[in-house]
Amino acid sequence: MSIDTDTARRVAKLARIKVEDDALPALAQEFSAILGFIEQLNEVEVDGVEPMTSVTPQRLKRRVDVVTDGSQQDAVLKNAPDAREGFFAVPKVVE
Amino acid sequence: MTDLNKLTIASARDALRKGDVSSAELTDAYLGAIEGAGVLNAFVHNTPEVAKAQAAAADARIKSGDAPDMCGIPLGIKDLFCTKGVNSQAASGILEGFKPEYESTVTTQLFDAGAVMLGKLNMDEFAMGSSNETSVYGDAVNPWKVGDEKLTPGGSSGGSASAVAADLCLGATGTDTGGSIRQPAAFTGITGIKPTYGRVSRWGVVAFASSLDQAGPMTKDVRDSAIMLEAMCGHDPKDSTSADLAVPNFEAALTGDIKGKVIGIPKEYRMDGMPSEIEKLWEDGTAMLRDEGAVVRDITLPHTKYALPAYYVIAPAEASSNLARYDGVRFGRRAKLSAGDGITEMYEKTRAEGFGPEVQRRVMVGTYVLSAGFYDAYYNRARKVRALIKQDFDTVFADGVDAILTPATPSAAFGLGTMKDADPIQMYLNDVFTVTVNLAGLPGISVPAGLDANGLPLGLQLIGRPWEEGDLLNVAYALEQSAGFVAKPQKWW
Repeated sequence: MSIDTDTARRVAKLARIKVEDDALPALAQEFSAILGFIEQLNEVEVDGVEPMTSVTPQRLKRRVDVVTDGSQQDAVLKNAPDAREGFFAVPKVVE
Repeated sequence: MTDLNKLTIASARDALRKGDVSSAELTDAYLGAIEGAGVLNAFVHNTPEVAKAQAAAADARIKSGDAPDMCGIPLGIKDLFCTKGVNSQAASGILEGFKPEYESTVTTQLFDAGAVMLGKLNMDEFAMGSSNETSVYGDAVNPWKVGDEKLTPGGSSGGSASAVAADLCLGATGTDTGGSIRQPAAFTGITGIKPTYGRVSRWGVVAFASSLDQAGPMTKDVRDSAIMLEAMCGHDPKDSTSADLAVPNFEAALTGDIKGKVIGIPKEYRMDGMPSEIEKLWEDGTAMLRDEGAVVRDITLPHTKYALPAYYVIAPAEASSNLARYDGVRFGRRAKLSAGDGITEMYEKTRAEGFGPEVQRRVMVGTYVLSAGFYDAYYNRARKVRALIKQDFDTVFADGVDAILTPATPSAAFGLGTMKDADPIQMYLNDVFTVTVNLAGLPGISVPAGLDANGLPLGLQLIGRPWEEGDLLNVAYALEQSAGFVAKPQKWW
């Protein structure tokens, strides 16, 4: 499948990565090459095959539904680029 | 006892226990070696204070008679592992300055066993790469050289491979999503094992593709891999995919006796255009195992060809989800914003600045294959093909095959920068022999087995049955004994 620049722009937007307009054609070309490679998978007969969900046949463990951790506000905020008054700070979201 | 190029984890352990050397002495010697090896760019965050404190504690512990195998052993830790209070950046600009408030399970276990951390090791950004050229720290360099050309140590665990091969540490942690332990081990003449998926806890290891990622040791020989792997394994309630299975004594499994073991030789790994040196190495390895009494059998793994394309759907898909957390809010870097920029601009600018080109490419490919309308055509189809790839292995193991022998890589180490203009798929082909193992969740080990015409190391890969790392290590040990690989890089750094 060939990816056009509009699709490349849409994917970049979905991935929340800023790509300048002049970089889109090259990006689209790269995507096309990678997807071309991936499309070999269309040769494989997969009718009736279940998509793999777990590579080892084990059940995920269960545990009692109780609080096991918490009260670590300082540690949680320690690496934040902008933390104020016990919160993560971000640009204004609401007009 | 500062002849670092002869020392192994096993011999250092024995010397420490006998009191012939102290961990403090060993640690000082390695810190000195690291200082003199800056040009290799293997260590990217040195932690001499941590190392010295851990060495002193290890010495006290050894004196008191409590000395686990790894006690006092100086190690390098891949930058992908979160280490408390020490930079852990996954070699990415987006985690600039990140110092975790917690310790990964693997490093916790190693430190609890008395191991010493010399520093953090270079790698490809978020473990995405096969040459260590996508790192924000710059390229790691292979201590092996041909003429004046600097070679890649492989990737993504390139710093780990370079450091062990250059005797800058006794062992290193690596991680392997598509070959990132085994390919760099092969490129640098060392041993590296990726255990069965679920054997080693992923908690505190920066996630790339969660259904494929496994950590493992990179060491100078098979015995050291057995010792270090045992210390890294075990059930961890903090990783829901970690297996609640007893961890065997892997070193005790190394008898070297492989009489009657059935070794499968998969015909699909005989690729078109495979260099004759690789083919010869593979044939030699096969003959060695046969001479040791193993039964060699031709086998077929019919879906091998589709492993790389399936991987390049599944791994980017998982990466796009895992890397969504790097948003400039909770940790790492946030881009400088212009007046009027809102939260979307913050995300977009932060991620454009913080992620390198290969990471951006994979995140976007992953986003695409998971997007509405393409999810079934790409992602679900790839997961079905993955099931078939695993089934290929299940079938040969059910037929009585104990281990599978293949080349580890399609070539020896290549020059840094030589793949710069190649399209990304050329680089992806490095993992053609290793990636099937991750898709099937199996253990795989790379053992150095010979030199190419230029004098560069080449490795062979052995693939084992799930959870039978002990048996796999023993076959690797027999191969190692037969191959007798002792070459070391000439010191030029």
